[in-house]
Amino acid sequence: MGILEVKGVNKRFGGLQALGDVNLSVAENTVHAIIGPNGAGKSTLLNCLVGKLIPDTGSVMFNGQSVLGRKPFEINQMGISRVFQTPEIFGDLSVLENVMIPCFAKRDGAFRMHAIEGVQNEKQIMEKALLMLEDLNMADKRNMHSASLSRGDKRRLEMAMCLVQEPKLLLLDEPTAGMARADTNNTIDLLKEIKEKRDITMCIIEHDMHVVFSLADRITVLAQGTPLVEDAPENIKGNPKVREAYLGETA
Amino acid sequence: MFGLDKKDTTLLLVVALLTLLAPFILNPFPTDSGLAQFNAGYPDLMQRFVIFGIFAIGFNILFGLTGYLSFGHAAFLGVGSYSAVWMFKLLSMNIIPAIVLSVVIAGLFALVIGYVSLRRSGIYFSILTLAFAQMSFALAYSVLTPITNGETGLQLTLEDPRILGTSATADGSIPVTNLFGLEMRSATDLVIGPWSFTFSAGYYVCAIVMLVAFYLAIRIFRSPFGMMLRAIKSNQNRLNYTGLNSRPYTLAAFVISGMYAGLAGGLMASMDPLAGAERMQWTASGEVVLMTILGGAGTLIGPVLGAGMIKYFENIFSKINDNVLHGWFAWMPDGIEDLTVAIIHPFIGKGWHLTLGILFMLVVIFLPGGLVEGGQRIMRLFSRKKATKDDKSKAKQPAE
Repeated sequence: MGILEVKGVNKRFGGLQALGDVNLSVAENTVHAIIGPNGAGKSTLLNCLVGKLIPDTGSVMFNGQSVLGRKPFEINQMGISRVFQTPEIFGDLSVLENVMIPCFAKRDGAFRMHAIEGVQNEKQIMEKALLMLEDLNMADKRNMHSASLSRGDKRRLEMAMCLVQEPKLLLLDEPTAGMARADTNNTIDLLKEIKEKRDITMCIIEHDMHVVFSLADRITVLAQGTPLVEDAPENIKGNPKVREAYLGETA
Repeated sequence: MFGLDKKDTTLLLVVALLTLLAPFILNPFPTDSGLAQFNAGYPDLMQRFVIFGIFAIGFNILFGLTGYLSFGHAAFLGVGSYSAVWMFKLLSMNIIPAIVLSVVIAGLFALVIGYVSLRRSGIYFSILTLAFAQMSFALAYSVLTPITNGETGLQLTLEDPRILGTSATADGSIPVTNLFGLEMRSATDLVIGPWSFTFSAGYYVCAIVMLVAFYLAIRIFRSPFGMMLRAIKSNQNRLNYTGLNSRPYTLAAFVISGMYAGLAGGLMASMDPLAGAERMQWTASGEVVLMTILGGAGTLIGPVLGAGMIKYFENIFSKINDNVLHGWFAWMPDGIEDLTVAIIHPFIGKGWHLTLGILFMLVVIFLPGGLVEGGQRIMRLFSRKKATKDDKSKAKQPAE
């Protein structure tokens, strides 16, 4: 029984069957990659996991609880954090503040009226955020305006914001999309480091095979909204079904 | 000090000093000089400065921090005024219960209006608040006449019960508003040489309330709550996926700023106990938006500066007329004098809106951060000059 169990999920947009009977099980403390060609339903599936979309049928269980019908912030409070395709950070705030906000969310829940005590008195939160930044080698940039960070650093910051919440499951939506090779390699190194150092389950949606094969313990191939195969990386490469889906070859 | 860091404490002290010494600062010209009409140090106007300052500070908590642009904040000001006047009619002429009631009622109004309006963001939110404010205005103007006294406005009468006070004073007139006996309209004049300074009890009550309001605003700005509000403005999507529910945060900010508006309305009625529907009109809502943007949205001191500036223009520029201009330009040859006056004419008197409009455009185009940004640029200019000078003197030394 995995930490995330997706069973019989269907999602239709008008005449388009975006997801058809998707079953997926992500085991704890593994990196599970979901790959597939454009339009395979990868992003739709992710959006069903985080509460942005609600599947027409089927169930999504996280840690024994259903996530369906819950709002994104509630799902995050259950222990799922997500990284966006283009880094989503609080651009008007400093780097340190960016990391402090998820700390508050973790400690105080979805809403707490703490309007009088100054932020500078929240020593524990500040320390925790700083430690996280040090972990990701960003401590020297803590007072920078986060909008002025480089793209790679923005990705790193977004990662810090997710990791500081100590999520049980981290969802990554094409973390290397649109990146140069060097940046991609940096991101791979960062993710490998995270995987080794922390007890964390990651679910990666990715286009780039290089990324997938260097990180994943388990791979699910989606095509036209349906899982084609689920297997270990070494078995995926030679699988004729996968080659067909990707390259359009006839077996 | 007061749980603030050094920079904020300095800011608070400077604002405190400026407001408490305002009767001097705003009256720089001798009473009988030609420039005396630029003096703004009379109680009525000074009260308006600080009351609209409170209104703008509160508005800035919503607009400056969360970025939600409300076009209906005058409704809360109006509601506050009506509540205060009813308190004067029914309970007593003491301003404390009146102000408390105006804050509470305005807060409740804001809760209802905010709950509905905050279901949408951006332009739709603005339109919803505008619609609510116009509905309130229409209600106050006609439908709810028994409560608001319609277009005449709500006034005190000799027949009012005033349970804890008297319906009429010994000499048969309507009692005046007071703070435990200190009458709001009482004032003392201080004459030093050709200068005359007026110290009004009402102004100082308003000024102290504004300082408290300003202090609370600083605390809110620097708190985790304030940080969340800034995060909402910056990236609401990220906030939702970070486990925070943005709705109660925005609603809390909306209610707080509505309560500030109610406080301003209550104070307004405490200084002059009448309330009219025109206080709720959309132009009044627009005015506070202008004040905040002119001064600098999202900054602490900006809204107060903006409020002061607009009220100064409204009261001082509107009083300049052609005769005054002829007086100033009397030294010019006749033809040129008339021409100059004719050119300036549209910008003064009733045309003060034109001057304000041009000024507003200039600020928005060249100083998007408002007057505060202007101040910062001037400061930077000076410090840079100083720095380059220091560099030069340092550079010279090794050569010697």
